[in-house]
Parts: sequence; C-alpha cells; structure tokens
Amino acid sequence: MLFKTRNFDDAKTVLDISDLVVSLPPAAKAKPVLNGISLTIRQGETVCLVGESGSGKSVTSLAVMGLLPKDALFVTGGSISLSGTDLLAQSPGAMQDMRARRVAMIFQEPMTALNPVLRVGEQIEEVLESHTKLPADERRRRVIDIMEQVHLPDVERVYRSYPHQLSGGQRQRIMIAMALVLEPELLIADEPTTALDVTTQKQILSLIAELQEKHGTAVLFITHDMGVVAEIADSVYVMNHGDMVEHAPIETLLRDPKKDYTRKLLAAVPSLTPRAARPAPGGDPVLRVEQLNMVYGGGGLFKRHPGTHAAKAVTFDVARGRTLGIVGESGSGKSTVARCIMRLIQPTSGAIRLRDSDIAQLTRKQLKPHRQHLQVVFQDPFRSLNPRWTVGRSLVEGPVNYGQSPAAARERAAELMEIVGLPRDSLDRYPHQFSGGQRQRIAIARAVAMEPDVLVADEAVSALDVSVQAQVLDLLDELQEKLGITIVFITHDLRVAAQICDDVLVMQRGVVVEQGAAADVLANPQHDYTRSLIEAAPGRSWDFANFRELGAA
Amino acid sequence: MAMNSVPPASAMQSVLRLLSIPGLKKLGVGPLLAALVLLAIVIITLLSPWLAPHDPLEMQPLLRLKGPMPDYPLGTDPYGRDLYSRVLIGGRVSLLIGIGAAVVSVLIGLLIGLVAGFFRMLDTIIMRIMDSLMAIPSILLAIALVALNGPSITSVIMAITIPEIPRVVRLVRSVVLTAREEPYVEAAQALGSSMPKILFQHLMPNTMAPLIVQGTYILASAILTEAILSFLGAGVSTEIPTWGNIMAEGRQYFRIKPELILWPGLMLSLCILSINLLGDTARDMLDPRLKKRGE
Repeated sequence: MLFKTRNFDDAKTVLDISDLVVSLPPAAKAKPVLNGISLTIRQGETVCLVGESGSGKSVTSLAVMGLLPKDALFVTGGSISLSGTDLLAQSPGAMQDMRARRVAMIFQEPMTALNPVLRVGEQIEEVLESHTKLPADERRRRVIDIMEQVHLPDVERVYRSYPHQLSGGQRQRIMIAMALVLEPELLIADEPTTALDVTTQKQILSLIAELQEKHGTAVLFITHDMGVVAEIADSVYVMNHGDMVEHAPIETLLRDPKKDYTRKLLAAVPSLTPRAARPAPGGDPVLRVEQLNMVYGGGGLFKRHPGTHAAKAVTFDVARGRTLGIVGESGSGKSTVARCIMRLIQPTSGAIRLRDSDIAQLTRKQLKPHRQHLQVVFQDPFRSLNPRWTVGRSLVEGPVNYGQSPAAARERAAELMEIVGLPRDSLDRYPHQFSGGQRQRIAIARAVAMEPDVLVADEAVSALDVSVQAQVLDLLDELQEKLGITIVFITHDLRVAAQICDDVLVMQRGVVVEQGAAADVLANPQHDYTRSLIEAAPGRSWDFANFRELGAA
Repeated sequence: MAMNSVPPASAMQSVLRLLSIPGLKKLGVGPLLAALVLLAIVIITLLSPWLAPHDPLEMQPLLRLKGPMPDYPLGTDPYGRDLYSRVLIGGRVSLLIGIGAAVVSVLIGLLIGLVAGFFRMLDTIIMRIMDSLMAIPSILLAIALVALNGPSITSVIMAITIPEIPRVVRLVRSVVLTAREEPYVEAAQALGSSMPKILFQHLMPNTMAPLIVQGTYILASAILTEAILSFLGAGVSTEIPTWGNIMAEGRQYFRIKPELILWPGLMLSLCILSINLLGDTARDMLDPRLKKRGE
C-alpha cells in the first residue's frame, strides 16, 4: 500500500486549533505571522504541516507549546485546545506542567537540544523528576524501559553516555525517548529528520510510527520534505506566509491538489528519475582525479597515530560541460574530495589534474594561476559571502586578483547580476538584504565571474526551499549550457543528483562504491549501499510533479 | 545664529537636546554619564597647563600642608606645592600612559594574533611564547625595567604592555580561528586572494568589536597599574606629578591630611569607573550575539 489510509473519524480530537492569529507587537504594524489558521489532530493520527521557510510552521508549534518568544510574538485571536483544555488560558506554570506530560516536542538538531554536559540517561530521568513523584529506582526502570522502546543498543552503556558520544540517529532516539517517557497525548516533531542521513531518517520515521501505534499518540509533524510527508502522513496541511492554504488526506492532496500553491510546491519536488542522458562528451577530460587519498590527523609528537582515512584511492574524470555528482551520506568523504579538488586542503597522496597540470601538491603561490579555473559554491548562502562587503566588492575581488581593472570587473559583475536574474543595482547592497536563494545566485555569479573550467558545488542547494532549489538548479544548468563549465556537484540528496547529474559517483566511508552514468546508477544500482540509499529515499515510488505513481504514464 | 540665541542658563536644555539624538538615547543614563565624566576629565587634563593656577613643582616652604584657601582651592602638600594644580597636571601622565599602553598592546597583539590564528605552523610556537609572557607580573617587570633604564614613561608603558599583549593575542587568535573556517574566507582563497588581503580585509574586521572592548579594559587597567607603580616608586620619576606618585607622597601624611590621597584617588576612580562602564556598553552594543542575523 502506497499511503496510510487509516480512518480517524471516530477517534477523539486531541488538538484543535481554530482561527489562530499570532502577531508581531502592534508597533511593528506588520501583517500577522499566523493569519487565522485552523487545524485538528485526532488520537493516533499523524498530521503533517508543510510549507517553505517563513510560512509559519514553527510558530504554530511554538504557540501550541506556549513557547512563543516573549514580547516578540503574541496570540491575538483564536483558540488552541488540547483534549478540551484551553491552552491559551493556562498560566505559565500550568503550561510548564503540561509540557512533557501532555504535549512533548522533538527538534531538528538533537545535538543542540540535549545538554552536552549531562549524561543522556540523567536527562531523560530529569523529565520524570520534574513531573512525577516516582521513587528513584522506579524512575530508572521507566527510563531504561523507554530507552529499550526506542531501540537503543546496549541501553546500560548509552544511559551513561554523553550526547557527543552518540551518533545523530541515537541522539534523536534519546530525544524521542525523552518526549514520550510521560506518554503525552500530543507529540510535536519539528523537522526531526532533516539533519539526519536518509538511511537514519528512515529508521527514525518508522520508530515514530511504531511508538505512535503503541501509545496512540497524536503526532504533529512539521517538515518541508514532501517525500517524508508521503511516507508518514495521514493528512496534510499546507501553509504559506501564515495562511493555511489547503488541507486534505494524504492521497487526495498528492493526487489532486486543489490550490495553485500546493501544485507549485509539489511540482518543484525533484524527481528521482534521472534526467535524459546528454550526448557523450568529446575531447579530453578537464578534471582528472587519480588515486586521491586524504588522511586526517595522524602524526603525533612521539607516536604515529593512525589518523582518519577520509578518502581512499578516489579516481574519476569529468569532461568539459558535463556534471558529475558525488553522492553519499555524512562521513562518506564527499566533502573531503571536494575540498581536495579546490585545494582548500592538501591531499595526502594522489593526483588532481586540471587541464593537464597536477595541482595536488602545489604550494599556495604555485596554485594561484590555477585557482581561476577552479571555483566553488558552498552550501550555506548566509555564510559564503562576506557580510561586511557589498555584493559588488565580493564579485570583483577575484577578477581584480587576476589583473582585471576594477572598472571592467564591475561592468562584468553587473552583467552577471542580470544573467543570474538579479537587478544590476544589487551590486551596491549588502548580502543580508537578500534572501537565501538570491544569495546563492550571487555566490554562483561570483564563481562564474572568474570564467572557471570547473565549478565545485558543495551541497549548493541543500539549504534552500524546494521551489528555490529548482530555480538554482535551472540556473546552473543554463550557465553550463552557455559557458561550457564542468560541474562537480556534491550532494546527499539523490533527487537533486538525479535532476542535474550526467554521471554519478557514490561514496561510502571514503571509498567510491559505484560510479557510472546517472541513469544507470540510479535506475539500476549494482552496489548494496547504493540500493539501500535509493530505498531509503522517502516517497520514492511517487512522482510528485505529475501527481501520480512513478511509472504510471 | 540659532546657537547665539541659546541663553547660557539653558545648559540643562542643551544636555536634554543632546539626549534626543537617537544614538545617544539608546545609550541609557549610566553610560551617558560615564561618557560625560570621561570627556570632562580628558578636557580638564588636556587644558591643565592653562587651568592650573600654579606651577605644580613650585615649592612654597611657608605654605606647607595648608588647607583650602582662595588661591589654593585644595590646599598644599608637604612641600608647599599646590595640590589642585598637581592633580590636574597629574592626569596627563596617567592618561598618556594608559592610552599609550592600550594602543601599543592592541596593535602588537592584533598583528601577532592574526598571524597565530592564520598560520597553523606558527601557532604553537607563538602561543607558547605568549603563555610565558603572560606569566610575567607587570609590577615586577616594571621594577626591573626601571632599575635597568631609569624611571621613564617608556619603561612604564613597556612594563604594562608586555603582559597585556598575550591577552590581546589570545582574543584575536580565537576570533581568527572561527572566522577562517567561514565559507567566505575559503571562497576568497578560491578567488586567488593573497594572504595579506585575506588577513586584513576578510579576517581583521571580525576582530574589531572585541578589540575595542578589550582596549577599554586595558586602558583602565593600565591607568591603574601606572598609579600602583608610581605609588610603589617604580613608576615615572617623582619630578613629574602623576595621580600615583601624588598619592605615594601623601601616604606619610595620610593621618594629618587625607585630602592628599583623596583627590587624586577620586579622579583615578572616576576615570576608571567611567572607562569600564563605557567598555561594558561597547560590548553590549557590539556583541554579535545580540545582533539579529539576516536583519
């Protein structure tokens, strides 16, 4: 069965939000952050709240938890009731007692949500301590019990571990254990799997479903990932700029969305089907990487430590005008390879041939002439531009380093602004005046200004909303077409890789496990790891953009 | 014209008008008061040669240890010198040493810190040297320097600066260590920017806010250290009045005439209090954690 088709008409309503309005202070004279939204969740039901950044998803969850930032956001209308209790009428003290006991929340980043200096077992126990009067041994028994329920291995050892000693998935399990230990009626999960790898994400999603089944918890699941929605939702609410656009049972929404915004949102979800192969390249490869090895650490003052072998004998080449995707989960070594190619770090051994010269072991000075052929776009558009510099200054920096006159560089920068779809006068503004997608365009323009042969895009669209993601991918494609740039695209997202790459290279723990044409690798994976990656991709059997099952033409 | 129409009696009004400048209003009353006090001290000190009614070194054997009188507003010291003139002029050396020590240690510390933070090879070596410099007590160092070179303003500035430098270096280095990992710094590297360009144009601006704050603390502590050194007789020569050596000379007569310590001490405390208050305000205003990202 493709989707959940459980019926909740008879179940009792757990959360009922009606016409909720949340506003900024009256002095701001801005439109409300939440504009009269309504939402119901019944016992045992999973409701997904989707929307792009700034749509008000998180504000909704904070309003339910009674955790809206003081003096910044105010509930100015509507009601929130939890099984008949009016949450807005509760005193802060009563609300505090209600949290964890009746409503619990898990967050995106378990590392920051856990206290780094307390053992995780004690942190779960603290929840019991502050909300119940159980004796110490009973508390401990309950903690061990819930830790077993979230399938943590070697519970006694994990109980005594600190957060940094656990993996991301284990930390999220701890968060879930902490949230569910008091058996709340409602669990709010705010992007709980966004920071996790796909395979871990799959495990966490099935864990939440399993525990929900067992305890009959109502779940409000906030996410921007349509794949996850398809996987877990009973019904879906779509939000945009503080308005509730549409809500429907999952299958209805995916098959037959009523509103334009929902259609647009779904259409932007990249397909897992690889793009049609482009004609095979002619000529020599622009970039050849041979037997690239990178070992971090090691050395040591008196004794040689083994170090971490982050990239093992990585070999590949890319032809002019083609896009190579390097795909893998965190710790696979894909970013290490990218940083080696960029020569931001020096590889331990191996060759990196850029237009026939080996740049792997060159010094800073020797590298300079090669740098202009090799440019990079980073993941986080908020950090990849110097916040103190105007966009224009950032854009001319590179060309001026290579002898162009500032006036000519600036003229070229203005042209580039138009090419990436921004007004020319953007040059005089500062990065903080632009949105994430616009900043990524600026970062791309800065790289392209150098007229590089190779552009390394390190998770360049991972921090963007899907609709923006699609635009940036289109832009990269267009630039490649126009300028013949070779792109090395590093990503953890198979959907993105399927969209843009001609060839794909799959890495696991520093080793290339599979490589070949994107169509072959993604449609017919040979290696177990590639297969497990594809299987873990949420919503993989659904073609979002065409509102139907994959392959149902 | 408008200026002329303001009657002198309305000084209070002009203070109020000053308060209505948006930037100053945000400051709050405490820091504003501190700024005014400090400004007054600096102006008085700068104008002291004209404000002082007497030569601070002129001895009047007949007028030893007198109380306040019309010509000597704060009375005289054991040598019959005018205490008022001495306190006014004494501030000059104190402030000069304070500002000198703060500027020199911030500049040297900034350079070393940038280098230590950016070049990993040099980092360990530089930081160990800094650790050992930090272990030198400034008072002992000052006594040694004065013993070697004789008492002079330079010796005192050096003595205060050397142990301060490592603190600045550590601060700058820590900022550089975080900033150098920023993608925009790596992007600059990829754009072929030279090392000095990355250091001074991309990294250095990040250190300015914490350095301004640190600078005010160094300024305050340098003024205080100078006073301690002079008080111990290890500071500048006693021929040059400073708040520290005026107090040192007054020490023996403390029971008979406490004003000898009271007035320079009061000036010193006011000065340091207002510098520290301003430093705190600068920290609150410049702390990036208080600034909202993407605003």
